[in-house]
Amino acid sequence: MAGTGVVAVYGNGAITETKKSPFSVKVGLAQMLRGGVIMDVVNPEQARIAEEAGACAVMALERVPADIRAQGGVARMSDPQLIKEIKQSVTIPVMAKARIGHFVEAQILEAIGIDYVDESEVLTPADEENHINKHNFRIPFVCGCRNLGEALRRIREGAAMIRTKGEAGTGNVIEAVRHVRSVMGDIRLLRNMDDDEVFTFAKKIAAPYDLVMQTKQLGRLPVVQFAAGGVATPADAALMMQLGCDGVFVGSGVFKSGDPARRARAIVQAVTHYSDPDMLAEVSCGLGEAMVGINLNDKKVERFANRSE
Amino acid sequence: MVVGVLALQGSFNEHVAALRRLGVKGVEIRKPEQLQNVSSLIIPGGESTTMAKLAEYHNLFPALREFVKTGKPVWGTCAGLIFLADKAIGQKTGGQELIGGIDCTVHRNYFGSQIQSFEAELSVPELVSKEGGPETFRGVFIRAPAVLEVGPGVEVLAEYPVSSTSVLYSSSAVQIQEENALPEKKVIVAVKQGNLLGTAFHPELTSDTRWHSYFMKMGSEAQEESPSSIVPVGGVDPSFNEKARIDLPIYQ
Repeated sequence: MAGTGVVAVYGNGAITETKKSPFSVKVGLAQMLRGGVIMDVVNPEQARIAEEAGACAVMALERVPADIRAQGGVARMSDPQLIKEIKQSVTIPVMAKARIGHFVEAQILEAIGIDYVDESEVLTPADEENHINKHNFRIPFVCGCRNLGEALRRIREGAAMIRTKGEAGTGNVIEAVRHVRSVMGDIRLLRNMDDDEVFTFAKKIAAPYDLVMQTKQLGRLPVVQFAAGGVATPADAALMMQLGCDGVFVGSGVFKSGDPARRARAIVQAVTHYSDPDMLAEVSCGLGEAMVGINLNDKKVERFANRSE
Repeated sequence: MVVGVLALQGSFNEHVAALRRLGVKGVEIRKPEQLQNVSSLIIPGGESTTMAKLAEYHNLFPALREFVKTGKPVWGTCAGLIFLADKAIGQKTGGQELIGGIDCTVHRNYFGSQIQSFEAELSVPELVSKEGGPETFRGVFIRAPAVLEVGPGVEVLAEYPVSSTSVLYSSSAVQIQEENALPEKKVIVAVKQGNLLGTAFHPELTSDTRWHSYFMKMGSEAQEESPSSIVPVGGVDPSFNEKARIDLPIYQ
């Protein structure tokens, strides 16, 4: 790969190389999370259960997405005290959510020293037009996407990890699958495209040309891509892995189920052995109740994924 | 020569990619039986608690310890280094199982959380003498551990200076089993004992393949007497059915 005149890979800071910390270090942590499961937790006890089950990181928040849906109101960044308590109770990385565009919430989260910030559509957006300029931060960000264009826009803003938006808090994996297939489908299309056509394609998906070209050459997104939004069972997790994701976020799916510790362990196993059906069958047995979930045919269900572009 | 890469979680794809650039086949290891078919093993970076849980579930620890005892080369990066150490501090409540083998004490998350992750040019005289290339190696430290002390039989391959007043990562979950009274001027970040190699940083995240090549040479020295290993034919090889995964690039 070196010296082939190829569009720059990491560390060349194409446009906005930050002085704060090299992009490669930010992405490095995401690469260490590959093949793992990141679980939503609302208190230190749940965090310990997640760590014991084999989660590779936890997402600390006050309310899981299913509860945010049920209770309504404005969902904001969690109390830093809670996040600090969760951070102290585990040794694995801790992530927390900030509202879209709310860079001060991100500054606060960076100040309390957690490992990753999720600029999340699950919380009520603070800025309808703009996302946070993630290059201004030392802390890495993970952002959601529904399609390739969105993913590349977030990466250009400085996201070091991408997840699908799915439809969080519904326990319904249909949207996550839709988003992964959209991203992967566009990448497949891109790979076979004539180089001259990439300019128009970049315009069409409203993504920066250099990242589109880089994606074309790599044959995948330039950062780690996780699945998120509605994963409720080991089979769901393995499905997302087989569709091409590098790992899985599980939110309401674990702690809203009948036997969280067991389900958490099963999902961790499923992500490691995602292409081994015998193993998947074994871990899916006797898990108790999954979260009930929401059927998305109901028009009254709010679509978090459509909150931002 | 077939190198196994423990593929429970973490950066195993990156190691396989680095090996491929050297023309060596890397095999993903998830079950104990698979260890029989490889001549050396790499334990990648990732989340060591996750890997320990998964290894426990599949009864991998006895097989891994056996592998180490037979003297076959094993290389642990970051989380892998933690596994190979005889002693680890900074573990989660209840501790985690280790494979052991390198007589040293390792401190998990020594430098802190992600914000304290960094890259540094490390002076690696031993590597340069065997592999050539630039005098320094670009070490990527991601929530990295550090080796606090080593036994007599352990070779130190790289060190990193830390200020003696730096605040070490602390949390109520950390079980410090012994006092760190002396302020460290330098911590050890790469060690070798016999056929065991450990690095606290991630060579697999860079395009510099010297560490992989160094490890391969350790392997081939050990292999002089034994017959050439045969790539396994029996059993289900999961990579056979999977489409070739296109992977992340290596940094320049």
